[in-house]
Amino acid sequence: MTYALEVNNLAVTLGEFRAVDGVSFNVEPASFVAILGPNGSGKTTLLKAILGLINDYSGEILVFGKNIRDVHPDAIGYVPQLKTIDRSFPAVTCDLVASGMMRSWPGKLSAKVHRDVDSVLQLVGAGHLCHEPLKHLSGGELQRVYLARAMVRKPDLFLLDEPATGIDAVGEDDMYEILEGYQAKTGATIIMVTHDLMTARHHATHALLINRRLISFGPQSESLTDENLKQAFGHLGHLHGLEWEGGDV
Amino acid sequence: MFSEFVGALSFGFMQRALIAGILTGVVGSYYGVFIVQRGMSFLGSGLAHAAFGGVALGLLLNTEPLWVAVPFTIIVAVLITWIRDRSDLGADTVIGIFFALSMALGIVFLSRIPNYTTDAFTYLFGSILSVSPTDLYASIAITVLAVITLPLWGRWAYATIDREAAMADRIPVKFDDYLLSILIAVTIVVAAKVVGIVLISAFLVIPAAASRLISRRFLAMTYASVAFGFVSVILGLFSSYNLDIPSGATIILVQTAIFIICFVMSRLFPRRGRSC
Repeated sequence: MTYALEVNNLAVTLGEFRAVDGVSFNVEPASFVAILGPNGSGKTTLLKAILGLINDYSGEILVFGKNIRDVHPDAIGYVPQLKTIDRSFPAVTCDLVASGMMRSWPGKLSAKVHRDVDSVLQLVGAGHLCHEPLKHLSGGELQRVYLARAMVRKPDLFLLDEPATGIDAVGEDDMYEILEGYQAKTGATIIMVTHDLMTARHHATHALLINRRLISFGPQSESLTDENLKQAFGHLGHLHGLEWEGGDV
Repeated sequence: MFSEFVGALSFGFMQRALIAGILTGVVGSYYGVFIVQRGMSFLGSGLAHAAFGGVALGLLLNTEPLWVAVPFTIIVAVLITWIRDRSDLGADTVIGIFFALSMALGIVFLSRIPNYTTDAFTYLFGSILSVSPTDLYASIAITVLAVITLPLWGRWAYATIDREAAMADRIPVKFDDYLLSILIAVTIVVAAKVVGIVLISAFLVIPAAASRLISRRFLAMTYASVAFGFVSVILGLFSSYNLDIPSGATIILVQTAIFIICFVMSRLFPRRGRSC
């Protein structure tokens, strides 16, 4: 079987700091993997390495059996943190979504691009936002637009970096509903960095606990055990920040 | 008044002034949209002062200042981008260092030349009417470069709004940073004769800033910026000729007037303004 993602003995050093140290795991297609760990544990670094944003690493990363450089960019849909985008940039929602399709910034949108952009915006419940300037969007609306930008290229692998940060509970629920709907229809694989243990429990099929080194990886019920969580987060106090409601940690 | 201006266009120096002014104004305003959206206004200032160092070296070597200033400014642009990329220093700090270094070198070079003042002042404050055939060819060359690199507008814009997504989509973002810095550096050196080193940063930034106020899409901002650059040079030269005031400063004053009009429009008619 070709894995959606294979990570073998990955180590990433940022300056003097070893951010990820000897991490190995394999993700089966159509899984929903939540990556959890305390601040500075290497979650986002791991995601960026998978995405090909970090070149200086040792070990091996294969996406659908290929080096990330050989994977067509359309196979991957990236949903960044809300803060990464420059919202002062003069753009309307359609432009941002079309950029996901064109892998460039659009000038005039062709009729076909407009049609595809409209249809994916409808899908994420943001059809009415097509001509709205980005700076007028709320956090939840922008998150839907990010999802639309990733979905418009019909990816086989979604990579999400703390997508729920800065949006309310309703917006968060809507986002997961859209993601899971897409996954059910297409069999896409989802890998998401999150701080939220409840989200991992409710939505992920698998969970990866990391604190620079791999603590655990597997079906979420087996990976997110009290012992593993304590090992990842050090002591119980950290877990209050994770909205933990799952039992006696 | 207008017929006098048209009549003056029969002189070669006026024709060169007009063509070089329009070309540098249009090209500068085009790059200006990236300078404004990337928050690189201070880079414009830094490179303008690097151009001063290069011009001074050219004057010291008693050669055409342009041929020395272009490579000198390109080297400074590359060094700024390289150090910014490989250190934790902020862009403003790195630019500030090269800003001061280039000025210091320029002053040292000028101090070694007897009777330097006229040529140096031409570059410092601009003298569009002294645009030489070489300056004219240089302004045509930067226009050709801008046209050749026009297909890169989309990926430059993409990396401007979301650098990470552009990198994930395999756009050579770092290469483009260098390329854009070099193109801006060359444009600054060539435009120095038109508006002067002390005003050139504003020359690149004001049309783009004005267009930003009334545009809600980047394509519209780019068109408007180029149009403002074009109009401000023509109006600036026309006013400068009729009022007998320095052309570079007059162009900047016209640009500022356009900026104020755009600002007022964007406040008075926010919906209409944003639908540009």
